[in-house]
Amino acid sequence: MAVDRFPVEAGHILMFARSIGDPNPIYADAEFAANSEVGAIPAPPTFVQASAQFDDEYPLRPKIGRPWFGSGREATGLKREPDSSRGGGESGMGRGLHAEQHYTYHRTLVAGDVLSATTFPGERWEKQGKRAGKLVFSETITEYRDANGELVVTARSVGVRTEKAVEG
Amino acid sequence: MPLRKSELQPGQSFRTVLVEDLKRTQLVQYAGSSGDYNPLHTDEIFATQVAGYPSVFAHGMLTMGMTGRVITDLVGAARLTSFGGRFTSQVFPGDDLSATATVDDIRDENGVPIVALSVRTVNQDDREVFSGYATARIDP
Repeated sequence: MAVDRFPVEAGHILMFARSIGDPNPIYADAEFAANSEVGAIPAPPTFVQASAQFDDEYPLRPKIGRPWFGSGREATGLKREPDSSRGGGESGMGRGLHAEQHYTYHRTLVAGDVLSATTFPGERWEKQGKRAGKLVFSETITEYRDANGELVVTARSVGVRTEKAVEG
Repeated sequence: MPLRKSELQPGQSFRTVLVEDLKRTQLVQYAGSSGDYNPLHTDEIFATQVAGYPSVFAHGMLTMGMTGRVITDLVGAARLTSFGGRFTSQVFPGDDLSATATVDDIRDENGVPIVALSVRTVNQDDREVFSGYATARIDP
């Protein structure tokens, strides 16, 4: 993932806070936030995940004129051989899951910041799972920098691909 | 709002109810705000018939996002220096979730007082769904 421009906007923070069920007025009320320690509307701790909205190639968003794997007339919009749906591709056919997420905050991210994000591959390893067959883990590191090039958040994500659906 | 070092002791714990009877609509809300439209989380037909799950289930990042509240309610929204963890079980519509933050350690890093917390989120059966940690700046 590479995101050239991720504008951190108050309306987006409001929507995000609602979606995680956080009623803290600091995310919704600009005046309240202005009088707080940070002096501006801060982003909730996991907000940088929403940079996906600004990633042109993000695979988990339907793209105009392109096939989408969710249901429509059929249970999936993609036509594939059954074999290739077994753990093939990224999260393409629903076998990719998020295993871990870690954030380091270098300063408080606030509405008005404009970030860019650069992603690097990390380690990769395999494990035999009890419930889901072979598990393939892969790590990605994303650095979020502000308009001055200063590091604001470092994110480390671990994804896992499974051979079959995980039961509970 | 910011915590003072003198008010904290290792072993103290703080619990927050994050959600009761999680609704599919909240998964749709989170898909919209985060931009993660994976149909596993919002499309019951795809999740059950194609992917083989018992129903749609929550984005791991929704669980982590909700969990963040137990920390920001405690330390303030602008004090975190780290937050991370593992998704240990899936979260399904209908689940009740609560999160507990426990003080592990209070220390100084380069003269700045820091609290280290472990964070655990469980469902209505006391099954752990997220296990993690956070560190935050506190006042002397």
